[in-house]
Parts: sequence; C-alpha cells; structure tokens
Amino acid sequence: MSMLSFEKKYRVRGGTLLGGDLFDFWIGPFYVGFFGVTTMFFATLGTALLVYGASLGPTWNLWQINIAPPDLSYGLGFAPLKSGGIWQLVTICALGSFVSWALREFEICRKLGIGYHVPYAFAVAIFAYVSLVVIRPALLGAWGHGFPYGILSHLDWVSNTGYQYLHFHYNPAHMLAVTFFFTTTLALALHGAVILSATNPGKGETVKRAEHENTFFRDTIGYSIGTLGVHRLGLFLALSAGFWSAICIIISGPFWTRGWPEWWRWWLDLPIWR
Amino acid sequence: MKAKANALACCGALGFLLTACERPPVDTTQIGYRGLAMEQVTNPRIYAQIQAVNQPPEPLPPVEAAGPLAKDVYKNVQVLDDLTVPEFTRLMLAITQWVAPPDRSCAYCHEGADLASDALYTKVVSRRMIQMTRHINSDWKPHVADTGVTCFTCHRGNAVPANLWFADSGPVMESRFLGNRAAQNAPADSVGLASLPNDPNTPLLGEPSQDYIRVVSKTALPVDNRKSIKQTELTYGLMMDISQSLGVNCTYCHNSRSFAEWDGSTPKRAVAWHALRMVRDVNANYLTPLTQTFPRERLGPHGDVGKVNCATCHQGVPKPLNGVSMVHDYPALAGRAKAQ
Repeated sequence: MSMLSFEKKYRVRGGTLLGGDLFDFWIGPFYVGFFGVTTMFFATLGTALLVYGASLGPTWNLWQINIAPPDLSYGLGFAPLKSGGIWQLVTICALGSFVSWALREFEICRKLGIGYHVPYAFAVAIFAYVSLVVIRPALLGAWGHGFPYGILSHLDWVSNTGYQYLHFHYNPAHMLAVTFFFTTTLALALHGAVILSATNPGKGETVKRAEHENTFFRDTIGYSIGTLGVHRLGLFLALSAGFWSAICIIISGPFWTRGWPEWWRWWLDLPIWR
Repeated sequence: MKAKANALACCGALGFLLTACERPPVDTTQIGYRGLAMEQVTNPRIYAQIQAVNQPPEPLPPVEAAGPLAKDVYKNVQVLDDLTVPEFTRLMLAITQWVAPPDRSCAYCHEGADLASDALYTKVVSRRMIQMTRHINSDWKPHVADTGVTCFTCHRGNAVPANLWFADSGPVMESRFLGNRAAQNAPADSVGLASLPNDPNTPLLGEPSQDYIRVVSKTALPVDNRKSIKQTELTYGLMMDISQSLGVNCTYCHNSRSFAEWDGSTPKRAVAWHALRMVRDVNANYLTPLTQTFPRERLGPHGDVGKVNCATCHQGVPKPLNGVSMVHDYPALAGRAKAQ
C-alpha cells in the first residue's frame, strides 16, 4: 500500500496505553496497536460464534438468523451454550471489541496530539449498547432482557419491549432522544447544504467561504453558529440522541413498570391546575 | 455563577421527575420465546397493594340443602325457583353482604315488611342481575371457565359497582367549532392517559353484534381495508382500557410483530376474544334494557345505564379476585339446578 507524501509525519511512535512498543506498527495504512489486536480477536471470535449459532438454528436466511439471549429463569448466571450461552459469549466479544476499538482510537489521538472527541463520541454509542445488554438486564435481574442478535428478531424485541409500556412515545427520555435524532439530521442537512452551495458557485464565480455561509444563515434564520460551532453543535446533538436513547431504555422496567402515558400523571397533578 | 444556578436548576428538575418514577427491583415474567421480549413487568410493591384489595370475603357457613322449595314457601320467587328455603336464605344473606349498603340491609331491595313486593327498582334490577350471573356462569364458560362470577366479582360491597362506564362524548362545546376535541386528545383514565379517543366503549362494547375492533388489513397491501385512523385509534383506546383493567401490558395477549395473527398470540387472547363478546352480550341484553327501570340519578349524562367492561370484574388483576372461585361456595349462582 502506498503512503501519501505527508502521511509519514503522522506515523509517530509512542502514545500507547498498553503493550508499549509491542504492537506499535502499521500494516499498510492501518495502525495495529495492542487494542487493534484485541479488537481483531474479539471481532473474529464473536463472528465465528454467531456463525456457529446460526448453524444450530433452523435457517441460513440472513434476515431470519436469530441468536437469542437466555430464558429469564437463568437470571444473571451463565446459560448452556445452546440455550443462550452463545448470546452471552457474543455479548462479551462485542463489548471486548467495541471497547478495544475505542481505546485504539485514544492511542491514535495521543499519537496525533489531537483531542479525544472521536473516542468519547464512540464511547457514547458503546454506552447505548451497554445499556441494552448489560445495565438494564442487570437492573431487571436477568440477561434474558437483552435484545437478540438477528436482523428481524431484534426488531421484534424492540416492538414488544415498546408495547410492554403500552405507548413508548410517551417515554420522556424517548421523546428527547427522538427529538435529538431529528435535530441532528436537520442540522446535518443545513450544514451539508450550505457547504455544497458555497463550494459549487455559479459559472464564472469563485468558491465562497465562511463569510458567505454566515451571511446566508444570518439572513434566513437570524443567526450563524459559525464554521467551528456547527461541528460542536453536531457532536452535541448526535451524542445527546445516543445518550437519551440509552436513558429511555434503562428507565423502562427498572424505573417504570406501567404504561408510559400514565407516567405523565405528575403533570396533570401539578398544584397550579389540579 | 449563572451557569452554576442553571446546572442546579436542571438537577432539581431531573430529581423532581425521578420522583414520578418507580424503583428497582421489579418482577418480570417471560411469556414468549427467549429474547422475544414478551414479558409482564410488575412492581411488586404496587402489585401487593392491588392484590390486597382483590380478596374475596369469607363464605357464609354452608347449609343443609334439604327442605321445601323457596317458591312454594315465599311469594313472587321468579328466578331462584330451584332453590330450597335454606339455600335461598343463605344466598339472600350473601347478596346483602356483597351489595346492599350496611345501613339499609334487606330494606335496600325489599320494601317494608312485604318481601314479595317489587316496588323498589333495586329488587327488579337484582332479579335481572341474578339471571345475568347464571347466564354468564353457564353460557360464557369460554371466558369465565369454572371460576365463574358472583355478585361480589363486580360489586365488592358497593351498591353500584365501582367500575362502570357511561357514554362519554367529551366536553360540550356550546355552539363553537373551535376547540372541539371530538372526545379525544385529552388525557383520560379510560385510555391510560393517552390522547386516544376517551370513550372506546360505546362503539366497541355497547353494541351486541358489530365488530369494529379488527382494523388490521388481512392482505400485505391494504387493498380492501376501509378502516379509518379514527377507528384504529378507537381500537387502540379499547386495548389501553383492557390493559389497564387487567394490569397487564400488550404482550400478555399479543406478539406485536402482528397483532392480528392468532399464531403468534398467546392463548390468553382467545379468552379475551370471548370476553369482548360476553361484555357486549351483558351490556345489550341485560343492562341496556334496564334503562327505564333505573331512576335518573343512576344514569349517565346521556341518559344511558351504567355498563360493564373488563375493569368491572378484573379491577387491576389478570384474574378477578386473583382467580379465587366464589361460585363453588354459592352453587345457586352457577346456573339453574341440574334437576330442572
């Protein structure tokens, strides 16, 4: 693999968290590192377990393969391999590879001397996954509360889990998460559009820069957050979406057992209009 | 300083909202295949309270069945004509305990010293209700099984059962068009505080034969489905009502992958299917015909009689009175005696 002329200067030694110089090298364009090795290990083992689980199941149809968690009766203990044990091992592998990947990102940030925004952002996504398969199951007392690994089966889980609380759209944290997801896409659309507009000027005109972009938004919505600010906003919106998604599922069950519409009784009971 | 105050205010608001929540540990029961998330989730602290109020009273001591028939001894015995005098008297005592206000006792239904008199409306209603109870216990076994129902299942010591419903068309809007919510979009207990239509009972449980509940298309593409959003929301409103009444969530009966398919549903759904028909039968054939019998103050704002739905018997638990059968102690209510 060829290396770009300026790439050499970013390939600096050191900055590792674990393993010292042991894996501090590149294969082609890819940095290896101790956590690159653990990522590969867990990802490969986890995928192999999924394939093994699929081979035990009734179908090879990619949509219908289902690696389900154990019955609730196993509680927080280990289940036999064919009764949800595979799901437990795959979950361990997933956690291992996700966390390894985040730590590898930390190492790369340290090598480059940049901030840790990328690994922190990824950590929020990992937190959402951990909420689903570790935190909430632990609070409810059984690994069986985790979602199954399968394209259609995990959708059935999502649907049924929502209907356990009658109307999930009344979950206040779900409301926040959905709002942040939509706002993220709105912000990205606005941002992407203004960048494309500025960099694709009319025939005979030059590429426009930040002043034009700022002026556009000041004219349309009265305010421009600026070239740096829009990326901070994007990060905040996206991370908030993931964070409140995690909260909305953690509170469903451990902190609320009835229909979510009923949670809003506190609003109806406010002393000012009760 | 200002940022600190804002942060404090946010923490305060979050803390306040948490007080609206419950806390772990909670109980979960798996219904479907592992990982399918068909589960009942209950708070044991709340459920203990609900169970405590759903206890049957001690049965009255049994009596010797032998003796002359009540109809030969008393006048105007129209329905319980298959009971002997001791059985008849025991049942009257039980009904008094279950239904009549303590300060009125027998006089709640019987006028003065003439126990045969039908002068009080309560006696006329009681007679019809005994017929209804026998009808339910003998003809609606697909729903009530051998557990059956008694007067107490609904009444629980109240002259008027606590959970009845009346037609509710929402707030009257005078002559304005603006602000008419069409009896929806306002939180109502009947639909678990959702914005769904507040009165799904009248169209779905009031009529004996019409079945508007099924709104899902039977084909992949909804080619012949004329059901509207409004009808769909009525169905969802009714389902909220059922779920609140039984203290269960949607997955008690349904796999939400397909609400309509029977294959994926639990056996409980079949029991509920019979229940909906039983409730319509009771409302149309036993309660609505009593409209003229009741005094005005017993009727709803639209002049209709109080009618039953799931909550009337279930009162927050999957099986009324936690599944205890009172009919075994009062076989007179199970149906007419076999000999006749």
